[in-house]
Amino acid sequence: MSEDASLMRRSGIPSRLRRVDPAVPIAFGCILLLLLGGSIYSSNFLSPDYLLQQLKVASFLGVIATGMMMVILLGQIDLSIPWVVAAGAMMACAATAYGSFGSFLAVPFGILCGAVIGALNGLAVAYLRIPSMIITLATNAVVQGLMVVYTGGFAPQDAASPAMRFLATGYVIPAIPNGVLVWLIVGILAVFLLVRTTFGRSLYAIGNRERAAYLSGIDTRRVTLLAFVMSGSLSALGGVLLAGYASKASQSMGDAYLLPSIAAVVLGGTHVLGGKGSYLGTVAGVILITLLQSILSVMQIEEAGRQLIYGVVIICMLLLYGRQKLS
Amino acid sequence: MKEIPHGEWRFWYAQHKGTLLAAALFVVMFTIYVSNHPAGFTANVVQTASNKAALLAFVAMAQCFVVITAGIDLSVGMILILSNCLASLLVVGTPFQTAVGVIAVLLTGLACGMLNGLIIIFGRLQPIVTTIATSAIFFGLALLLRPTPGGAVNETLADAFTSKLFDVVPASLVVLAATLLIFWIPFSRSILGRAAYAAGSAENAAYMSGMPIKRAKFAAYALAGLMSAIGGLYLTFFSYTGEAAFASGNAYTLYSIAAVVLGGVSLAGGKGGAVGAVFGALAFRTIGDLLFVFDLDPLWQPLFQGIVLMLAISIGSIGLARVRNRLEWFQ
Repeated sequence: MSEDASLMRRSGIPSRLRRVDPAVPIAFGCILLLLLGGSIYSSNFLSPDYLLQQLKVASFLGVIATGMMMVILLGQIDLSIPWVVAAGAMMACAATAYGSFGSFLAVPFGILCGAVIGALNGLAVAYLRIPSMIITLATNAVVQGLMVVYTGGFAPQDAASPAMRFLATGYVIPAIPNGVLVWLIVGILAVFLLVRTTFGRSLYAIGNRERAAYLSGIDTRRVTLLAFVMSGSLSALGGVLLAGYASKASQSMGDAYLLPSIAAVVLGGTHVLGGKGSYLGTVAGVILITLLQSILSVMQIEEAGRQLIYGVVIICMLLLYGRQKLS
Repeated sequence: MKEIPHGEWRFWYAQHKGTLLAAALFVVMFTIYVSNHPAGFTANVVQTASNKAALLAFVAMAQCFVVITAGIDLSVGMILILSNCLASLLVVGTPFQTAVGVIAVLLTGLACGMLNGLIIIFGRLQPIVTTIATSAIFFGLALLLRPTPGGAVNETLADAFTSKLFDVVPASLVVLAATLLIFWIPFSRSILGRAAYAAGSAENAAYMSGMPIKRAKFAAYALAGLMSAIGGLYLTFFSYTGEAAFASGNAYTLYSIAAVVLGGVSLAGGKGGAVGAVFGALAFRTIGDLLFVFDLDPLWQPLFQGIVLMLAISIGSIGLARVRNRLEWFQ
């Protein structure tokens, strides 16, 4: 998408060097600063318990941001996150109403619903060439409508299944919450996809210049479709985890995840017009945003002040390292 | 617009096709609405409809200024909410105090837009991310002003702006038209407006030919803030209160994008105009009203609204229809 010549040249740099992108160390530096700043306020900030708790909370945003990153790498955006998250959670809870068999299928069913919505977005963006910002906005409205009909028209089952609760809050390995493990697995798969497969290379190529990618033989439409399916599925998985964490699904549970997921991806150094970015950066962005939110809430700053500081900090960090090159 | 225009009208038609389509869409929808309305085509029905639509029309106009430069302003809804909260504090008391309050609200909106513009142009950040972050700031300020819903507004002024002129013409429509005349027409005809269009269609070329790109973009963001503030004032005139509501701020932002697209303004920039955006907003509001006259179960309304929105904007922005060569997929 970007016409910027220097950006295109950068895409030729091998992936190992790409990781030296200055955004990633700066983002991790900001995390350390936040932790140090927090520890002056209260020594609890450096305790393993607190940090693990933060990781657990971050894992929901992390899973959702992974999908968002795939889409942003293409130079597109997915604004249907809020209601796909809610739909994933609600549908997974709905499946538990059908006895033990439904309970067993709850998690895959929730993710499947997200994948279907993602496929709808992807088909419209890739094959009908509707701008992603518009179509995902509309899908969000449609899914919202579907969920309103569902929760109002039929008796809704909104309690999470034991499996969902276990997935979000249980422990397979002592001391490490399962949510973090889920994020770890999603993250490893994402890194593998981005760095080791032609699919990942195609994402970067399309983000840099879709025309050139098409002419060099990449089936750009299929790649775009797949990226949106992944974004939908991962948002739904995030919703399933959230429902497991809260033990229930609710209407506006996804609202708080749209802006943070975009901010996390961009703060992690992924170019918002696509073609450039590393998963490590997204991890840094997710942790950064979770920590920022957590520290502001621990310091008992009111919601108004939290929003203000949140916005100002994001702007300042972007001004620090997210500026575009002069053309 | 690639062929050479055969005469003036053809050029004019090519330039205003989106606006005309949006106007036609609105007329068709409004006709269906009015013909199914129990009260029929009366001044009161038009007044209610135009009052409801005016809010969205102002935000759509705001969004249009920015979208023309190929940018996007995701903070228009929150500027509206901030102006609403501020107006519920300031637009009260004697006529003089009220006037000062109105000016303060408008200036605040302008300042919010200028802040967006400064960060995007001189900070060289992407509009999407910048306005997401500034919308958090504006919402935070709104929460500071109005931690709980409440406040008041000068009711004489509010009623004057939401009633009918000479018992026929809704005042909100007059204000809307006046805003278009005062801000949009001079802007779009000025060098700044031309530069804004140029920035949207070919920024590098415009820069090379010495157009004031930066000033044009800055003006677009600043005016967007001002338009959103007028929307916020109107929200206060209707509701008589201020409320820092996150969900409704978000909804206005999203609907403004939908309205702009319905109004034939290309999100890629350089195409369309505020008149189209206003018609897009009017049409979008009529979608919601149609549900009432057809007596749908309220439960199904969001779904119906979503599907109509999806169909309308998909048809309006479908890229497939314009493709003559496979490579045009990627433009």
